[in-house]
Amino acid sequence: MTELSSVLPEATLAGLACLVLVIEVFRAPANRAATFWAAAMSVIIVLSEIAMRFPKGTTLAFNGTFRLDIMSAVLKAFVMVIVLLSFFYARDYFERRGRVVQEYYILALFATLGMMVLISAHSLLTVYLGLELLSLSMYAMVAMDRDSATASEAAMKYFVLGALASGMLLYGMSMLYGVAGTLDLGQLSAQVGSGNSHILYTFGLVFVLIGLAFKLGVVPFHMWVPDVYQGAPTPVTLFISSAPKLAAFAMAIRLLTDGLAGLAGEWRDMLMLLSVASMAIGNLVAIAQTNIKRMLAYSTVSHMGFLLLGLLAASPEGYAAAMFYAITYAVMSMGAFGAIVLLSNATSESDRLADFAGLGRRSPWIALMMLILVFSLAGVPPFAGFWAKWFVLKEVVAAQHTWLAAVAVLFSLVGAYYYLRVIKIMYFDEPDAGAVPITAGDDVRLVFSVNGVSVLLLGLLPGLLMSVCMAAMKSYAG
Amino acid sequence: MFEQVVFYTFAAVLTLAAGMVITVRNPVHAALFLVLAFFASSGLWLLLEAEFLAIALVLVYVGAVMVLFLFVVMMLDINLTVLREGFARYLPIAGIAAVLMFVAVGSVLTQEKFTLAKTAAEVAHPADYNNTRELGLALYTQYVWPFEIAAVLLLVAIIAAIALTLRHTRQTKAPKPEKQVAVRREDRVRLVKVEAERQG
Repeated sequence: MTELSSVLPEATLAGLACLVLVIEVFRAPANRAATFWAAAMSVIIVLSEIAMRFPKGTTLAFNGTFRLDIMSAVLKAFVMVIVLLSFFYARDYFERRGRVVQEYYILALFATLGMMVLISAHSLLTVYLGLELLSLSMYAMVAMDRDSATASEAAMKYFVLGALASGMLLYGMSMLYGVAGTLDLGQLSAQVGSGNSHILYTFGLVFVLIGLAFKLGVVPFHMWVPDVYQGAPTPVTLFISSAPKLAAFAMAIRLLTDGLAGLAGEWRDMLMLLSVASMAIGNLVAIAQTNIKRMLAYSTVSHMGFLLLGLLAASPEGYAAAMFYAITYAVMSMGAFGAIVLLSNATSESDRLADFAGLGRRSPWIALMMLILVFSLAGVPPFAGFWAKWFVLKEVVAAQHTWLAAVAVLFSLVGAYYYLRVIKIMYFDEPDAGAVPITAGDDVRLVFSVNGVSVLLLGLLPGLLMSVCMAAMKSYAG
Repeated sequence: MFEQVVFYTFAAVLTLAAGMVITVRNPVHAALFLVLAFFASSGLWLLLEAEFLAIALVLVYVGAVMVLFLFVVMMLDINLTVLREGFARYLPIAGIAAVLMFVAVGSVLTQEKFTLAKTAAEVAHPADYNNTRELGLALYTQYVWPFEIAAVLLLVAIIAAIALTLRHTRQTKAPKPEKQVAVRREDRVRLVKVEAERQG
């Protein structure tokens, strides 16, 4: 019975997602909001279940394939909140576009289930299945806009490269299984620690890390990121760029520290390469972009490189800093894409940088919120993004990688250029003559404001979230 | 001795067929070679006493998936010259990468750990050993959580396929049978009284 109760949120979500599917099929054609409200209510129910059954320690269930601990509960709760907010953004966008794609909510619910499975995975099998559940739903979401050639192209690239990465990941996992003879991450860790067949484990690790790097979207496995972010409909991009990053972070923690802690010396060097390359290429290429979705895609690449820095510090404090980074990044990224959703209208996605021209005069409040989000992404104090970078850098220096911290700061400065350019365009450029009025609904304006203010609050009170992350990682490392 | 002969025969056929899948020019031939590869690997599974998996592989992959695949290949008009564009251009870089990979993987896989002496000999099971039963037991006890997730994964695949291919009814010209059946004479036939034309 305890086994079942530990997966109650997942089981509820699976059941409710099927229920939403049935509601979507049988609802009255005019009652278009029914699916949205059903999906939103499902997320709220699951969120309250997670909160009510907040774990005190670590429990393993289902023969060690499922792990419930503080880290998983915290990450799942944040995933739920972010998914809920992204539903509001999506509804506004689809309503304004006049073409409501209801499958968005259903696929997003199943993707959320995949994230939860991935976050709680404690076996190579559940890591893989959770990842596939998440990816498969996202491929379909990107392809949803069937009449758009760019969306189809993006979906095709995403699918083919994603399948290749899954193949790499599986090959690495099969190597690890072949040597260790177990799929369980705890037993795998014990086997790796025994010190035998070191080179074979390292061989498996390389392929697992390639799969992981692809899902995080770090250089040189980042080629899908700009195309998918630009080609997908904005609410789908918003979804892909926020909550799944938390799941990818959890996947890295599960695989690297749960399963392969004995190889920390090896993966630290590999992560270092990936991280420096991502920060360099992400920040430099972003400068040349004129499409804001594409620019934010390259910014994602650089941010994920920064996140890896926290992991390669390989200490509980470093993991906590990386977790803080992942959470704040997901919130900031959702807000930045949310601004594009707000500006879009029936005819245009409004995803060119020029579409933001003169926003400071057209809508001072939206511009102010966007200012907060962009400053935070650039890492300007006192916003959340600054503290995320600060905590990571502190741990990197503590781990004796001072030069790495210097490189990270240097590329953040380069990155500040293109973030500040957005602000310059918003406040100091003349609005386009053909600029259409902003027609976003009141509810989505409220959600956007909450999003922006939360970034400000996280920045003013960073200790609160950081102590939660520390608690999660303490229980984890100990 | 006999087992080794069988193993190497199947292994050779499998490798050869797999190589042909990616090198032959005709997609239909490639699909047929894939069928051969599946048969050979199911032979290998039989050798490992995994009868259920061997039969499932033939039934599911050869019987269903590949037939479907052949249909798709035949219906698509694939332009082979376009597919091969850029082959020569990418050959140097791809070739170097492939050789490097081959050497690296080869050097690891020829390690001591993977020699025959290191692997435990198979345990021979008695004649009444039920492979399917054991598989079912493991699937529904030890691996029940992954099993359920895999079920959800298949559901998502169905939803995604329908969402991506179903055109909305208003876009199609197909008649609705339920409306056709319910039609009455009065809906279709209208009697009009036509006045006779007046002469002159």
